[in-house]
Amino acid sequence: MPDPREPDGTAGAIAPTGAGGAMDLAATEGSTLDKAPGGPEGSGPSTPARSLWSDAWRELRRNPVFVISGLIILFLVFISLWPSAIASGNPLSCDLANAQKSSAPGHPFGFDGQGCDVYTRTVYGARASVTVGVCATLGVAILGSVLGGLAGFFGGFWDAILSRITDVFFAIPVVLGGLVLLSVVTSNTVWPVIGFMVLLGWPQLSRIARGSVITAKQNDYVQAARALGASNSRMLLRHIAPNAVAPVIVVATIALGTYIALEATLSYLGVGLKPPTVSWGIDISAASQYIRNAPHMLLWPAGALAITVLAFIMLGDAVRDALDPKLR
Amino acid sequence: MGRYVIRRLLQMIPVFFGATLLIFLMVNVMGDPIAGLCGDRKCDPATATQLKKEFGLDKPVWQQYATYMGNVFTGDFGTAFNGQKVTELMSTAFPLTIRLTLVAIVFEIVIGISLGVVTGLRRGRPVDTVVLLLTLVVIAIPTFVTGLLLQLLLGVEWGVIKPSVSSEAPVNELLIPGLVLASVSLAYVTRLTRTSIAENRRADYVRTAIAKGLPRRRVITRHLLRNSLIPVVTFIGTDIGALMGGAIVTERIFNIHGVGFQLYQGILRQSTQTVVGFVTVLVLVFLVANLIVDLLYAVLDPRIRYA
Repeated sequence: MPDPREPDGTAGAIAPTGAGGAMDLAATEGSTLDKAPGGPEGSGPSTPARSLWSDAWRELRRNPVFVISGLIILFLVFISLWPSAIASGNPLSCDLANAQKSSAPGHPFGFDGQGCDVYTRTVYGARASVTVGVCATLGVAILGSVLGGLAGFFGGFWDAILSRITDVFFAIPVVLGGLVLLSVVTSNTVWPVIGFMVLLGWPQLSRIARGSVITAKQNDYVQAARALGASNSRMLLRHIAPNAVAPVIVVATIALGTYIALEATLSYLGVGLKPPTVSWGIDISAASQYIRNAPHMLLWPAGALAITVLAFIMLGDAVRDALDPKLR
Repeated sequence: MGRYVIRRLLQMIPVFFGATLLIFLMVNVMGDPIAGLCGDRKCDPATATQLKKEFGLDKPVWQQYATYMGNVFTGDFGTAFNGQKVTELMSTAFPLTIRLTLVAIVFEIVIGISLGVVTGLRRGRPVDTVVLLLTLVVIAIPTFVTGLLLQLLLGVEWGVIKPSVSSEAPVNELLIPGLVLASVSLAYVTRLTRTSIAENRRADYVRTAIAKGLPRRRVITRHLLRNSLIPVVTFIGTDIGALMGGAIVTERIFNIHGVGFQLYQGILRQSTQTVVGFVTVLVLVFLVANLIVDLLYAVLDPRIRYA
């Protein structure tokens, strides 16, 4: 009785499951990565053997998509660390007399509904988005790959339990879970939002990590290590982890973009970040009330948000292409 | 086939109870279930105790969950904060959301799969690059921004559609909201179909079909597309649940009083019974959609058999 979800030769295609489409896309295309064994006598005597990673890095440096999205992300990280470097104003000093005015000298993006400078707020808003994206991704990646990796390696009872838990989390729509969990939170820091994303996001990565560890586990060098008497932890850390981590990195990069978009969506629904935190989601949400009279209030933060998400998704795409030798 | 269905139905049971228990705990433990019952003020202690007793909230959580689920299986989903039966809310909300979701899925299938086939067959050509770039842009812009912009442009500036949907919500008013709801998934369907088609294009059976002298159209629709659809069908199947739950944003923008609207109200008023009731139905829809998808595999690919 074949379960069509497990590719078993007859089913042929690997079917992605789950709600987070971006991650599944990367998963289907990323989980089939073949690893270069990279032994010292692998290639000819003149060229030293290159690992999958140095190969991928050479590939990436020549890929314009990677270079552009990488530069955008570096810029974002820079302005979220030192926003005052390119915006001299204070995002919280506002003059109601300027409310909803369009651009003026020194205020290229105009003013929002409270009379705050939209340019300053857009620059300062990067910090909240980047913090949420990076912290949520780190949390999800660590929790998901540890749990998924252990379940994939040891199999058996705990693996079955973990798979059922993953199923349970997939059955709950993310936005809905966010509304329920975050509607009671009164704190106006970014941590509840990050905590929620880790809580609902880890099953997706644990599924990827599990599959990838199961694939890596069957390799001959792992069997050889086992035959030589290597301990479980040595096999996991020295032999399996380095060869199973690529799909996790790809999916995590793409997920980072979707978490930033999710933060904005939650803020739009009124349960994400809260003022006085400056965030694109809050500004877009506030601007949506004035969209008929002053669309510029919505366009700038929304544009910044879209470029950020796009940069992370394209980076993930480029990394996946570089790590997948089949495409070369 | 029958045994497979029964096995899958049995597997659904723990997932169903797990998901409903999770949402029940979230609503009950995190929030204060009687907070919404005294209007905007806080309930005074005596009323609070009385209300808690009335709703059985003084009992342990697992007992509350058991009682609630027992009621659900007899068709009693409880009452919302305003005294309306939750089943009554459902009977007005679900038809709207189901219609909206259907519109969205039709968009996904028609536009997504056609774009995927076109780009998959022309991999690397300009049309492929342009469509791929467009899908990335659509994925990168959050749904609520797309919705607000389309509402502003089409509804307010150009007057092509009504900015908000009337209470009957006929299908022609749901076209743009449906497109907004579908947009991100549409981009995924396009990319999935493209990858799948491009992969299978060089398969032996396609070459055989061409060698037999079949017309190109027949090779593409009957041989190539049918074999490439499995990942796409899986995605659309799992997406049904996500679309119905994710309609919160779309319904809020276009003022549609469907499932998302009722859930949003329920969460704001901390009405446990509304939220858990609606989520229970959504989880069921998700599980059944997944089962149907698995059974569809056998239709698409006769090599898959269910003993």
